[in-house]
Amino acid sequence: MSNQNKKSSKLFESALVSSALKQSFVKLKPGIMLKNPVMFTVYIGTIIMIAVCAWIATGEASQGSLAYNITITAILLVTLLFTNFAEAIAEARGKAQADSLRKTREDTPAKKISIVGEMYVNEVNVVPSSQLRKGDLFLCEAGDTIPMDGEIVEGIATIDESAITGESAPVIRESGGDKSSVTGGTKVLSDKIKVRVTTEPGESFLDKMIALVEGASRQKTPNEIALTILLASFTIIFLIVVVTLKPFADYANTPITIAAFVSLYVCLIPTTIGGLLSAIGIAGMDRALRANVITKSGKAVETAGDLDTLLLDKTGTITIGNRKATNFYPANGVDATTFTEACALSSLADQTPEGKSIIELAKIDANGFNTTGAKFIEFTAETRNSGIDLPDGTKIRKGAFDAIRNMVTKAGNVFPAETESQVKMISSNGGTPLVVCKNNTAMGVIELQDIIKPGIQERFERLRKMGVKTVMVTGDNPLTAKFIADKAGVDDFIAEAKPEDKMNYIKQEQQGGKLVAMMGDGTNDAPALAQADVGVAMNSGTAAAKEAGNMVDLDNDPTKLIEIVEIGKQLLMTRGTLTTFSIANDVAKYFAIVPALFIASIPALQALNIMQLHSPESAILSAVIFNAIIIPMLIPLALKGVAYKPIGASALLRRNLFIYGLGGVIVPFIGIKLIDLVVALFV
Amino acid sequence: MNTELTGVIVTFLLTVLLAYPLGIYIAKVFAGKKTFTNFLNPVERLIYRIGGIDPNKRMNWKEFVKAMLAINMLWLFYAFFLLLNQGHLPLNPDGNPNMTPDLSFNTAISFLVNCNLQHYSGESGLTYLTQLFVITFLQFVSAATGIAAAVALFNGLKNKTTDNLGNFWGIFTKSITRILLPLCIIMAVILAFNGSPASFDGKDSIVTLQGDTVGVSRGPAAGMIAIKHLGTNGGGWFGANSAHPLENPNYFTGMVELIAQMIIPIAMLFALGFYIKRKKLAYVIFGIMTVGMLFLIMPTMHWEMQGSSAIEKLGIMQATGAMEGKEVRFGPAASGYWSIVTTIISTGSVNSMHDSSMPLSGMMQMLGMLINAFYGGCGVGILNYFIYIIIAVFIGGLMVGRTPEFLGHKVEAREVKIAALVTLLSAFLIKGGTALAAYYFVKHGNADWAVQPANWLNNPGNHGFSEMFYEFTSSNANNGSGFEGLGDNNIFWNVTTGFVLLLGRFLPIIGPIAIIGLLAKKKYIPETAGTLKVDSLTFGMLTFAIIIIITALSYFPPLVLGPIAEFLGM
Repeated sequence: MSNQNKKSSKLFESALVSSALKQSFVKLKPGIMLKNPVMFTVYIGTIIMIAVCAWIATGEASQGSLAYNITITAILLVTLLFTNFAEAIAEARGKAQADSLRKTREDTPAKKISIVGEMYVNEVNVVPSSQLRKGDLFLCEAGDTIPMDGEIVEGIATIDESAITGESAPVIRESGGDKSSVTGGTKVLSDKIKVRVTTEPGESFLDKMIALVEGASRQKTPNEIALTILLASFTIIFLIVVVTLKPFADYANTPITIAAFVSLYVCLIPTTIGGLLSAIGIAGMDRALRANVITKSGKAVETAGDLDTLLLDKTGTITIGNRKATNFYPANGVDATTFTEACALSSLADQTPEGKSIIELAKIDANGFNTTGAKFIEFTAETRNSGIDLPDGTKIRKGAFDAIRNMVTKAGNVFPAETESQVKMISSNGGTPLVVCKNNTAMGVIELQDIIKPGIQERFERLRKMGVKTVMVTGDNPLTAKFIADKAGVDDFIAEAKPEDKMNYIKQEQQGGKLVAMMGDGTNDAPALAQADVGVAMNSGTAAAKEAGNMVDLDNDPTKLIEIVEIGKQLLMTRGTLTTFSIANDVAKYFAIVPALFIASIPALQALNIMQLHSPESAILSAVIFNAIIIPMLIPLALKGVAYKPIGASALLRRNLFIYGLGGVIVPFIGIKLIDLVVALFV
Repeated sequence: MNTELTGVIVTFLLTVLLAYPLGIYIAKVFAGKKTFTNFLNPVERLIYRIGGIDPNKRMNWKEFVKAMLAINMLWLFYAFFLLLNQGHLPLNPDGNPNMTPDLSFNTAISFLVNCNLQHYSGESGLTYLTQLFVITFLQFVSAATGIAAAVALFNGLKNKTTDNLGNFWGIFTKSITRILLPLCIIMAVILAFNGSPASFDGKDSIVTLQGDTVGVSRGPAAGMIAIKHLGTNGGGWFGANSAHPLENPNYFTGMVELIAQMIIPIAMLFALGFYIKRKKLAYVIFGIMTVGMLFLIMPTMHWEMQGSSAIEKLGIMQATGAMEGKEVRFGPAASGYWSIVTTIISTGSVNSMHDSSMPLSGMMQMLGMLINAFYGGCGVGILNYFIYIIIAVFIGGLMVGRTPEFLGHKVEAREVKIAALVTLLSAFLIKGGTALAAYYFVKHGNADWAVQPANWLNNPGNHGFSEMFYEFTSSNANNGSGFEGLGDNNIFWNVTTGFVLLLGRFLPIIGPIAIIGLLAKKKYIPETAGTLKVDSLTFGMLTFAIIIIITALSYFPPLVLGPIAEFLGM
């Protein structure tokens, strides 16, 4: 898929970096810092250190050299800036992504319709799109760019949506029904539509998403809050460690400088995860946006990681589009060519994809028939067959097995046994049989088959390993549904599904404590979308559907649910692994700083200086520097997310514990030692 | 193999062997199933009728905690009053005096909270009345309180969604009648036959080999020694505790007492598995706890059997290991084993002086109490471990890409908050207390107090720091053993440790009960392939890692300044 939105996948674009750098300083405002309790304490530590520097400048001698203290202060400030930068770059990336989507729709001329009165023709004025309000009507003709999100109230048109979806094939949108929604920025290719504006300017989903990313309306998700509490409690534990160290040191007759206390504190508290926490959350939404999914809240992404059950529509998700004719089975005594021709004739007027596929399979040029004077019989729900009455009086019908059989037997003819068994065989193979008759004599049967998307079995297998159950929703009869379900590898199916069946299934799963996701587009999907824990509305869907769901998929791609689950899991995993990493880091930092503090009064503690750091000052500096630079080094991981592997929960835990737990213990020993080698050159 | 080691290994294996059927029995008792002790039903019904108890009344976590706290408060006042006036009350053949208010404050709390920190000596500090009706009584009810709290946790885990944690009164009563009393009777008989006194007579007198006449304290001690171990209390009848020849006459009674203190904590783990029908979970927890215990015990026994490097430098042979402060009838291996068992289990009875252990053995004893969840105290050990589980579930859950859940219940902000508070509390109480003591010692050493802070410590320096740190650690863990060498019977220590004892007991009980109460009320989420399996070995290892890292990070500085510095300076 050629998707312009995915082009900007480079992590750090220079334009973004420079704006993020600016933001890093702006975010130093205490009011903003206060939102992150862990980093706020670092903020206070920095202020204390600035005061200490001033104190030394006025002649205090017990706190070490001024240069050393200023260095520590500077490193702390840099730590804060790194944290702010992480958040700012995540915001900038999300915003850039959303902006590029929004740019397409800004200030396009709109043909606004003013209703003058009943007797007169309505007036059409060209106004800038920014002047359109919710409820206004506008007109779009071939070649026009649609100025605002809206719903078609009149007409049908082909529309090029590549501006948002990247998909070049035009789509059809028409009034009434489930495909009545149009998006600002897309282009009308043919015909003329009348559209009612559905959103106020600045309130479209995209606008809401931008606000979310920018932080104005970003709220901490429940899991983020819980994690913040845990991190805050670790912070308090280390605050107690540092505060009680003062009387302990007095007992041991060891003077400890304020710089050392502050350094120890800042190194121990989980600054790494504390500094990256909000960036991780924003990056989650951003990754969703990169997959062309607009999320209405951060919580929705988080919930996606927990999903237990996915409701997937058969058509478009599991099978390619619609059923296709795959075989013609003429009854005994019927010539194959004659039968094929009859099949084609019966489908001439049939505009359904199935009908077209019959003509395709028959390899007959539809225009080659002389149909003057022929009468086409439309399919109706009562007759359940369609066909053609030729001028010579020949009546060809095709339709459901029992409908045609009734027709045949009523006319006193015998329904051929071989055709009947053929019908049964097709059904049990997941196909749909269409029986064809000519003048009330059965001629044979057409086999329609669903084509299962290539690679879909592997995706379901992957979901199963993640612990997600897949449910296929289809209008087919249970027999066909079961066949396709088995073939595609879904865990369950709802056959002959009505909209309320989806709703009931969701409720039933939820009663069992499961989290359910579904995708839908129609207005009748809206209640189920609202009921589902994650409801993904297609962008082509009705306004009601989009309002009811908590995500909107710009690509209208039903398989997107699978990606959304992985994005959610990645988000949670990134939080967990970086927390583990951050805490594990402390072991090395203790071994760097504690001997440094007490070595003067208890020389035996040199044995604990296992990294053989150069001097107490260099040890403390190295630990603080490591603590600061690990934040920007982990920004790429925070933004991209930890890769999810569906290898089962225990294996995944072992893997992550090994990498981020054990790695988190070992890496800082190496890092601090290396930094110390450099620092030793200056101290 | 070395007979000393064989003795230790046999003791441990016997403990597990006996704990397993006991666990099955405990699970049956609380599930209300038929057991051979059902003949006690009428006795319990009588107790319920006298107490006006409806043992089937449902209690949510708040009601459960309220009932538990209310009765504990009552016992506290009762104990305080009796201790304060024991000199005037009957059953005082040796004419021992009343306790001072601060000491009775400390003692009443200490026994109420299952700690048994003793700032007095039993021989001269108590009367037979208070030994029996305060000390022994509290040893029973505090152990039963712990068991009841653990059963509340079991009830929360057992059902998919419930707000009923069981009836405190019913569980409490059964803990005594069905578990503690029967076991105590068996053990007291064994002890009495091996020479522990069980008489109401006052001091006896003997003539020693040197020809001196010595008064030998005695009393109805055997029963008290039984419950002090079975209930993981640890307070001795005599000042020297289980190092005293009448409290622990020989190696066999030593084994019995070792088995007794461990048996209920281990049996409770098995009971958990049978009761909530998740045996694998129980085995994994048991396995992790055992590994943790071995990590502490093996080096300790090694150091104790090896002897002191300082003495070696003097050119003195230490063929039998480090024998300072140890009893010849137990030897260094069994003493080292006991010193860890008693600290991880929150018993706090001693058969050797921990003050004389090798510096790093002392650290292992402290770690046992700081973690306080390798088996842990009677009932409360599981509760402490549960807090670590919640934190592990939270971090581990995220690491597998789901919002965290424990046995089908989402762990969210409120539960994390409580778990974090409980974890914080220990760090605050232990280090805050030690810091306060260090502050007074350094800055106000000559304060005009009955015992001047400067005179608290027998050995200033790193060892003295360990003594203070150990005292608060022991108080917070409700352990009750002492590093000794600390002048602790004065207002500062009596009052500060008194408060630490109270907070360190009840908040870590209320916290887990509140968490399970909140969790159990939530909607049940069935397990899927993506769910973190809490009964897997991997999760067990994660919990173990969390325990080690939280403890190490919280207490690294004081451990460095105490035992590690002492060791490195040797």
